[in-house]
Amino acid sequence: MEKKERIGVYVCHCGTNIAGVVNVGEVSTWAAENLKEQGVVIARDYKFMCSSLGQELIQKDIKEHGLTRVVVAACSPHLHEQTFRNACKGAGLNPYLSELVSIREQSSWVHTDKVAATEKSKALIAGGVARVIHHEPLEPLRVPIHPATLVVGGGIAGIQAALEIANAGYPVYLVEREPSIGGHMAQFDKTFPTLDCSACILTPKMVEAGNHPNITLLTYSEVEKVDGYVGNFVVTIRKRARSVNEELCTGCGICWEKCPKKVVDNIFEAGMGTRKAIYVPFPQAVPKYPVIDRENCTYYIKGTCKACEKFCPTNAIDFAQEDQLLNVEVGNIILATGYELFDARRITQYGYGRLANVFTSLEFERLSNAAGPTGGNIVLRDGKTVPKVVGIVHCVGSRDKNYNEYCSAICCMQSLKFAHLVHERTGAEVYNFYIDIRTPAKGYEEFYHRLLEEGTHFIRGKVAEISDAVRLPGEEGKLIIQVEDTLTGNQLRVPVDMVILSAGLEPRRDAKEVANKFGISCSADGWLIERHPKLDPVATVTEGIYIAGCVQGPKDIPASVAQGAAAAARILGKIQQKEIALEPVRASINQDQCSGCRICNNLCPFNAILFHEDRMVSEVNPALCQGCGTCVAACPAGAISGTGFSNEQILSQIEGLLLLNIPKKETVA
Amino acid sequence: MTDTPETQTFEPVIIGFTCNWCSYRAADMAGTARMKYAPNVRLIRLMCSGRLDPTFVLKAFAGGADAVLVSGCHPGDCHYINQNYKMLRRFHLLKRVLQQMGIEPERIKLLWASAAEGAIFAEEINKFVEQVRPLGPLNWKPGNGAQVEAPVHEEVPA
Repeated sequence: MEKKERIGVYVCHCGTNIAGVVNVGEVSTWAAENLKEQGVVIARDYKFMCSSLGQELIQKDIKEHGLTRVVVAACSPHLHEQTFRNACKGAGLNPYLSELVSIREQSSWVHTDKVAATEKSKALIAGGVARVIHHEPLEPLRVPIHPATLVVGGGIAGIQAALEIANAGYPVYLVEREPSIGGHMAQFDKTFPTLDCSACILTPKMVEAGNHPNITLLTYSEVEKVDGYVGNFVVTIRKRARSVNEELCTGCGICWEKCPKKVVDNIFEAGMGTRKAIYVPFPQAVPKYPVIDRENCTYYIKGTCKACEKFCPTNAIDFAQEDQLLNVEVGNIILATGYELFDARRITQYGYGRLANVFTSLEFERLSNAAGPTGGNIVLRDGKTVPKVVGIVHCVGSRDKNYNEYCSAICCMQSLKFAHLVHERTGAEVYNFYIDIRTPAKGYEEFYHRLLEEGTHFIRGKVAEISDAVRLPGEEGKLIIQVEDTLTGNQLRVPVDMVILSAGLEPRRDAKEVANKFGISCSADGWLIERHPKLDPVATVTEGIYIAGCVQGPKDIPASVAQGAAAAARILGKIQQKEIALEPVRASINQDQCSGCRICNNLCPFNAILFHEDRMVSEVNPALCQGCGTCVAACPAGAISGTGFSNEQILSQIEGLLLLNIPKKETVA
Repeated sequence: MTDTPETQTFEPVIIGFTCNWCSYRAADMAGTARMKYAPNVRLIRLMCSGRLDPTFVLKAFAGGADAVLVSGCHPGDCHYINQNYKMLRRFHLLKRVLQQMGIEPERIKLLWASAAEGAIFAEEINKFVEQVRPLGPLNWKPGNGAQVEAPVHEEVPA
């Protein structure tokens, strides 16, 4: 061994968390005596290493004993690695020359045999000591941050995020697939539990986003490709042809008045109403420019018509318009692409699609909306009959192992809202069929009680079947809901005129593709995964990519807004710093040893390895590299090394853990 | 050692490789939830199971480990998109190589564990220890490999 490192070992009691099981005194004495060969010059145990006194202890030793490496045996590195790195830094030692060994989560907390736990702790420390010798002084990687942000998805979460960033003075590209921003919230009539008019609170925000000088609105557009890395993404956006020249269009609406082609609107109106072939999805749409739906437009089908063009006062119709590909540079990205409604057809016994008067929640939203196809009149599918009895089925496609195991979070409140609206507008009897009522947010439980007082019936039981098969008198012409009331144990047949299925929320069909495109991952259900489920809910594992709203999991409007704002705040913090420090765990290729075999090139999921055709060698772009180390393990020439997780570090750690090269002494009394 | 049969009191030493994001966090989770498991496994944290160089496993066996645990995120959940699949490829090859060297396949285990699966992590470690215990200490002698039949290769048309 060349120059010998001077290592300090610090064993934490963590009160009694560690010391209650592991004999910490014995461990530190053992380390001081038996790891001398490895370079341990001092070993101590202390009640709380993470306390300021504990940290000062390390700092004092670094200065007085000239320590060049520090090993702390305490809790998980995920908890206090940074603490001890900072302590080292404070004493002038490079923070990356320390190692935190977990003898709490991996020993004292999980073992009951005190002797075995003590022996295991020794081995873990020996592993840490052997490893730390091979640590190198590192500096965090610093990359500049482009001040612009891309927000994907123009629902309420995306709008909120875009506004927060734009109001702070930084540019935002807000990309939305549909012709207008607004998302699902624009389709709703009322919002629970306050019963605010959804459009009244949403449209001002939409208008603000549409007019904001810092926001570039790209509707009817989709992200095609994402290149680059945190601080420096290059995003390719396909701006689909609207067939309308936005420079000339005033949004006067004559074109869609004159368009002779009616189309069932399956998106905004959830199939409940119609629109024209040239249309804006709803009157308050932002931007105000219409689009021509080329699949249904008579001109694109038959080559004649052009009614819109004839009547347009500003000659804004442009049938020859083509898709545009735009490249934008951004520093950070927020994904707020929302959710899709569970397809209630999948539960055939509920009869949706077969029984006319079974509605989905989104259909009911349109039905109850004053701007909807019935002008807000709650009527049956025939368009005129007011229901006298209405059944609302909760948890359709949620909390059900056959479909989605998770709770969709919003359906209870949504169903209560529906019950209230039905009751208020029609005076009908309302039955709610629920598994559990979940109202865990501000004002929600109070709303539930209000509904109880209004006389809505609540039947606890999962609906077995909805049918129109008459078995008992009084069931003629009705839909019969078959359910077991689990509170009384009785089988019930409840005849109703209308059924509303409170369908659950599902991830977007293309969630996996989106995740791949942006280099992040989805859960088995398809929701995008946050960096930490509790402490980092809007960041993702890919630096610079954030998530907000239902794309991360089912949630209500306040939570979506909060996440949008939270993601924006995180990004603003980053932009303010002008540059970003990245953990220096990166792979690098020794150019002299690289044989140019390119095995590593295809292994990297982040496209961080580029191949120099001229020199026939590969090189890692440190800003793209995420440090997984797969290429390091795969390089047949051993030319790639992984900072922080080098072969020497890991092989030495293995030796240490197996107590190799350590003089055997009788330690156990 | 006492004079009881060796395999009953034998405490195997197991080296475990975990990834920083899922399986190491599963171990953390087992700790925070105070779930108890056998003290035979000593963990090494890698950033990703994809970092697992087969050399590490060979080194562990050569250094006296009686068994090796390899764990990572569930397929589809990898923090680095899909690098656990790349580990999986190596794992299958490695298992075969080990067998040819005369190491019982029961001495190496693959475990997918998400950060939330502390209970599974603890339970699987217990199972693994009991699986290795009856095998006794690793008896890796040169020449053992000859006892294992060579894999049959299919004719590949030229």
